[in-house]
Amino acid sequence: MSRAGRSLLLWLLAMLAGAAIVWNSRFTADMSFFLPAHPTAEQQVLVDQLKEGAVTRLLMLAIEGGDAKQRATLSRDLRSRLEKMSEFVSVQNGEAISQNADREFLFQHRYLLSPAITPERFTVAGLRTAISDSIDLLASPAGMMLKPLLQRDPTGELVELLSRLNAGSQPNSSEGVWASRDGERAMLLVQTRALGSDTDAQEAAINALRSQFAASATSTGLTSTKMQLSGPGLFAVNSRATIKDEVTRLSLISTLAIVGMLFFVYRSFRLLTLGLLPVVSGALAGVVAVSLVYGTVFGITIGFGSALIGEAVDYSIYYFVQSGRNGLADWRERFWPTVRLGVLTSVCGFGALVFSGFPGLAQLGLYSLSGVLTAAIVTRFLLPQLTGNDIRMRDLAPLGRLLESGIHHIHGLRWPILALALAAAVTLFIDREDLWNPELSALSPVSKADQDVDMALRADIGAPDSRFLVVIRATDREAALQAAEQTSLRLDVLVSKGQIDGYDSPARFLPSQASQNARRASLPTTADLRPNLQAALKDSPLSDKKLEAFIADLEKARQAPALERETLNGTSLALAVDALLMQNPAGWSVLLPLRPGEQPIDVAELRTALAGSDALIIDMKTEFDKLYNDYLHEAMLLSLGGLLAIVALLAVTMRSGRRLLMVMLPLVLAVLIVIAGLHLIGERLHLLHLIGMLLIVAVGSNYALFFDRAASNHRLDPETLASMLIANLSTAIGFGTLALSKVPVLHAIGATVGPGAILALLLAAIFVPRETRS
Amino acid sequence: MINRFIGGLLLALLALPSYAAFDVGQLMADLAKHKGGKAKFVEKKYISLLDKPVLSTGEMTYTAPDRLEKRTLTPKPETLLLEKEMLSIEREKQKLSINLSNQPEALAFIDSIRGTLSGNRAALEKNYFLHLAGTTEKWVLTLLPSEPKIAALVVRITVSGSKNQIRSIEYLQADGDRSVMSIEPVEIK
Repeated sequence: MSRAGRSLLLWLLAMLAGAAIVWNSRFTADMSFFLPAHPTAEQQVLVDQLKEGAVTRLLMLAIEGGDAKQRATLSRDLRSRLEKMSEFVSVQNGEAISQNADREFLFQHRYLLSPAITPERFTVAGLRTAISDSIDLLASPAGMMLKPLLQRDPTGELVELLSRLNAGSQPNSSEGVWASRDGERAMLLVQTRALGSDTDAQEAAINALRSQFAASATSTGLTSTKMQLSGPGLFAVNSRATIKDEVTRLSLISTLAIVGMLFFVYRSFRLLTLGLLPVVSGALAGVVAVSLVYGTVFGITIGFGSALIGEAVDYSIYYFVQSGRNGLADWRERFWPTVRLGVLTSVCGFGALVFSGFPGLAQLGLYSLSGVLTAAIVTRFLLPQLTGNDIRMRDLAPLGRLLESGIHHIHGLRWPILALALAAAVTLFIDREDLWNPELSALSPVSKADQDVDMALRADIGAPDSRFLVVIRATDREAALQAAEQTSLRLDVLVSKGQIDGYDSPARFLPSQASQNARRASLPTTADLRPNLQAALKDSPLSDKKLEAFIADLEKARQAPALERETLNGTSLALAVDALLMQNPAGWSVLLPLRPGEQPIDVAELRTALAGSDALIIDMKTEFDKLYNDYLHEAMLLSLGGLLAIVALLAVTMRSGRRLLMVMLPLVLAVLIVIAGLHLIGERLHLLHLIGMLLIVAVGSNYALFFDRAASNHRLDPETLASMLIANLSTAIGFGTLALSKVPVLHAIGATVGPGAILALLLAAIFVPRETRS
Repeated sequence: MINRFIGGLLLALLALPSYAAFDVGQLMADLAKHKGGKAKFVEKKYISLLDKPVLSTGEMTYTAPDRLEKRTLTPKPETLLLEKEMLSIEREKQKLSINLSNQPEALAFIDSIRGTLSGNRAALEKNYFLHLAGTTEKWVLTLLPSEPKIAALVVRITVSGSKNQIRSIEYLQADGDRSVMSIEPVEIK
């Protein structure tokens, strides 16, 4: 077998192995792209919530169209359909049935649930106070609910329990089902069985939901109604669809455009096919590297492939065009060192990202790094063997000479360009306060329309804005619930001081076994109760003779089994407990979301109140902002680090300050002009734009290096000039395609590097030292 | 339906003689002139389960046409505020707000007092048959629910007063319990 044949075989085997790895890789389009790789304890709570939290299993539904009665009919029909399906754990629409189930649970288990149950509650004095409070409540309209229960619950335990729930945040209701604030939509809340992170199952559940709604609308004859849906599951499904769609679309656009251009230039299928070998190898190697290092490949990473194609194809372009006239050996000697230096600057740029704590960014870095390196290696070592000296490249010298004369004419633009860059710098300096988008959501692939629907539904269903959370970790469920009860005592103080309006706790519906036992032990035997009751009610308008039902209920409660999580099944309270009590690999955690009162929550007060406990106070907004700021800060450091690495690499290779300056100047100017341009057309910059700046330098330096090489010892021949233009266009097409993306991460890099690459070449040509002009 | 018919007929018959001197329209016009004020109230609730009525006292402030505040002082402080369609109750540290437009039964109940206070005949007749007896100086307005859903809660509401001042309201509930509220205007000096 010939040497070329062996190399090709080796390459094929490597590709097959790569394909096998890719075939077995796990691809995802979920939130973990954005979640910190090395979270703090506070961030870990966010991560857990966003990945596994019960909230991620919630879907909000709104039915609009028709009148309130029709919507209510549909809401009831839909609920009865969904409830029978295994995809959904809970379906709530505010119907009395489900509320009755909750109330029935609270009433039936009131003596194990009520924190007011202590031995003192059943002494003569305790009974007297509790019962007279209940009688006083009958004087109030609020007592209407109590009246029918008075004989069974004279101490008002149900009232006690209900008073701790947040009645204020209940959704509105109309025609007996939940309605939006304006009454124009019926609202439902659905919990899927599948985890929010299981996008396939979420998609199946959402499709089931949609088809059930359609069936329900048809069977009730209300086809003019529409359903709106929102929730983390839908976001994940939509984001994945967007990313999938974009990966295909963008790669196709960029491939077609680049292949079209190359064919126009080469006019040879053979060269075109050979030229794409490094690209295919690079793209595959990128995925393989990511899959091997991270285990999971993000969809967005694959989406970045379109840019990689544009960058990786450059090397074969250089090879074909530049070696066309003088042959392979000449190319290796004269051009390869420059190409290699260009590869290394690109590697510095992408390599800097690998150190990011932002997993998405690190993947993009590793993917591009391995892709570019592989493409360069395949170009250098495999292509020459396949082509030999027989490249038969079309003569591109005429194009090169055209460019040469063009460069003559644009030299006069030096001062205007410097003035433009200065203006750009001044603009950026003046507007430095509003350059950046301060929100992490700027990176989110969730569309603005989806976010708006979510906000509206959230407000309509009265979902509390639980920005503040108190989180406690424990080794098992019992310890977690006990800790929740301990913390509740401290939070109660804040409630009584009016510093918070209230809080939610899973222990409210599922008290720790210790509390349940203590409460059960507080319940008197019938023999002990009777005389106390008689004494307590001596002068009361309520005679103890009317309270036999109460006595019977207490006796029943004394013998009732303990409450378990399963006892809550069939009530919406189960949902609340699951949302607030989570098991994770490290143990259990309890979440106590705080409800702000009239004033915003004072974190310092909160810290004081919880001092000495293990409770963690988390402000979701601060944490998200901090997370983003950390990313941004890190991205700045990485960009600077990458830039320094590139400068150091060039300095070591060139050993000339002036040459270094001449290479860097057009790149810096290009960055300034591009960023100012993006700002002026209204883009709010975020951290991916910052990364884009680094990539302008990393990728753009390739072109400046050819000019530098020309300046130092070789004349810049027309073929080289032509190859630079073609390579530059392919890079600009590759990155530019990303600018079309709806995914902010991809769009930002594309919008920055696409124009940046072209500018880098143009400015390098403008600033090329005069003495090299032929 | 037949009940409703008989009820209507009965009211028509009863209302007939008083047409000449003093009718619902005139009472409503008088009441509508009342722009608001403060009053003390004593409310007695007769509950079958209890041997004695439950007594509560406090103050009421009415500002025409749709703001009513009932501030209970004994036995437990409680503030009930009705403002347009929003009813809020504040008791101890509990605060509860209800949008009445979503609760037709409660709204009908509230309208009985609000409609009387503001002299809004249309609002009253939406849910009740009205019957007026007596003279301008001493009148008794009886409200009988026309909707079965409301009748399931309250059988009869009797409002009595003098000129444009309401002096007592009695609710007779469907379960036989009743409450009587006596109102004593506070002169503003």
